[in-house]
Amino acid sequence: MNTRYVLRRVGAASLSLIFVLALNFVLFRMVKSDPVGSLFRGRNVSQGAKDRLRAEFGLDKSMPEQFIAYVKQTAQGNLGISYSTRQPVSDEIASKIWPTVLLVGSATILSAIIGVFAGIRAAWRRNSAFDRGSTGASMFTYAIPDFYLGILLLAFFAFWLAWLPTGGMETAGGGGFVDTGKHLILPCAALAISYFGEYTIIMRSSLLEVLGEDYLITARAKGLRDALVRKRHAVPNAILPVITLFALNLGFVLSGAIAVETVFSWPGLGQATQDALKGPDYPMLQGLFLLFSSAIILTNLVTDVVYGYLDPRVSTP
Amino acid sequence: MTDPTGGAFESARDSALAEVMAPDPPAPGSRRSLNWSRRRKSAGEVWREFWASGQGKAGLIILVVFVAMALLAPLITSSEGLKVTNALGNKQNAPPSWEFPFGTDNDGRSVLTLFVWGARISLFVGIAATLVAIFIGSFVGIIAGYAGGRTEGVLMRVTEWFLVIPFLPLAIVLASVLSRSLSTIILVIGITSWPGTARLLRAQVLSVKERTFVERARALGAGHGRIVGRHVLPSVLPLVFANLTLTVPIAILSETTLAFLGLGDPLRVSWGQTLGASFAAGATSIGAWWYYLPPGLGIVAVVLAFTLCGRALEEVLNPNLRQR
Repeated sequence: MNTRYVLRRVGAASLSLIFVLALNFVLFRMVKSDPVGSLFRGRNVSQGAKDRLRAEFGLDKSMPEQFIAYVKQTAQGNLGISYSTRQPVSDEIASKIWPTVLLVGSATILSAIIGVFAGIRAAWRRNSAFDRGSTGASMFTYAIPDFYLGILLLAFFAFWLAWLPTGGMETAGGGGFVDTGKHLILPCAALAISYFGEYTIIMRSSLLEVLGEDYLITARAKGLRDALVRKRHAVPNAILPVITLFALNLGFVLSGAIAVETVFSWPGLGQATQDALKGPDYPMLQGLFLLFSSAIILTNLVTDVVYGYLDPRVSTP
Repeated sequence: MTDPTGGAFESARDSALAEVMAPDPPAPGSRRSLNWSRRRKSAGEVWREFWASGQGKAGLIILVVFVAMALLAPLITSSEGLKVTNALGNKQNAPPSWEFPFGTDNDGRSVLTLFVWGARISLFVGIAATLVAIFIGSFVGIIAGYAGGRTEGVLMRVTEWFLVIPFLPLAIVLASVLSRSLSTIILVIGITSWPGTARLLRAQVLSVKERTFVERARALGAGHGRIVGRHVLPSVLPLVFANLTLTVPIAILSETTLAFLGLGDPLRVSWGQTLGASFAAGATSIGAWWYYLPPGLGIVAVVLAFTLCGRALEEVLNPNLRQR
């Protein structure tokens, strides 16, 4: 594969990362408030103790110095100390990544599977009741905010029917595989229902485009059964846009469920974002924003490079 | 459908058509009226096709109902009902009744009042934020497409950066460092949703600027400002408009999420803010469905209506889509 293509993509990704770092730095320095002051609001703390804390947070240096210190620290994996828990931000974040990956990852996979099958069926039987129904459903689910779907599911299945737990990731004192699974059902369903419409629409339109191709007529003329024409000839040629969408959505796995996690008190990164907003806990927000953005930059880079490998037309200028 | 000629055929055809169809220079003064009548005629055609499509008609009717409700809010219920202090005597969390058709919230306020006045803020923020986004997007897209070269490279790189940054986290960060007000929310949604428009317009301007009528204007000595203002802008305007109807629902959904997370203007009632308040007050757990259903269904209806209109308009303006 073309090395220059890979280097160019890596270069572009690094530039994006620097942009995010600069944005992250500038935005949070725009805040006029004094974090040390607000940390001890109403409490009697000596000026000396405050100054020591300011020095500890690095708030007493000049802006360029602070930026260089920030980039250096970040490169070493040091994201600062959380204002609210006084623990390193990186530790706080690390403990919350897996619940989010479990929730949004399962929802992403589930929605892609449902969406692909619905899209294939809709395109294959175009203008059938199923086609019109699934297109309508896709538009409808697009119009519902994911967290609102979560509220509706929560009210109906957890509070009214009392079939499923009302929030959190495991029962207090309990836990275990089945217990977590039960807690996962509702938030995962809310996300999967909001996501699947995209896949349905993309799969459907991509398959419809392929349907007019000559090689499908050839396949039929050879006497292949309908199901074989679809499975062997039509779908493999139409699936690429869906894979692109899936790869792009993987970048959003970490940041995709901020509001839904809030609704279900799911102990992940979204919940952490919401908690950090209350302070506001700026180092935590900064760390989360950096993580969310770099996740997307990294997945985009990997997708681009893999594409260049799979399809040489992409990587040769 | 990928075009192997990279659109060369289309632009060749368009320029040929433009040459054939270019009228003989009419007497000065009549040219502008000719232009206007031509534009009016084509707008009429677009409208007829739009109205003939079922989804366009349905979307527009829903929209008119909601916009009318938002505009006539003071005639439907008094804004005094939004004040918690005026609702002290009312029963809290009461189910729908004759006095309160949508029930009351946990402060005893009528949910109908919250719904009607919330529509105003939700629609206003959605439309205003879209205008901000469309303005930035058109500005960047048209300049990049028209100027080309290094300017284009830099502008498109910046656009790419904004596309890469996840929308909601950036909006949360911006809303948390700025003061919480209506204009902050509008600005935040505006500056996080322009890149799509910029890319779309750049592509369109790239094809428009190669057409013969632009070349003719340049040959006649028109400056850049005049070419962009009189020739490029009018021909990309329909696209901007179609883009507008598809951006408003996204902006409304964004406002809802931000307001739900508590980043909206705390003094203004919007649908998202009502949803957040109902959730915080535990309406879900006590079964107060009348509290969280109206604002949510309002959002769904308005977003659906805008999407229907946008799709219908897109189909009318872009015949390639009609086959799907």
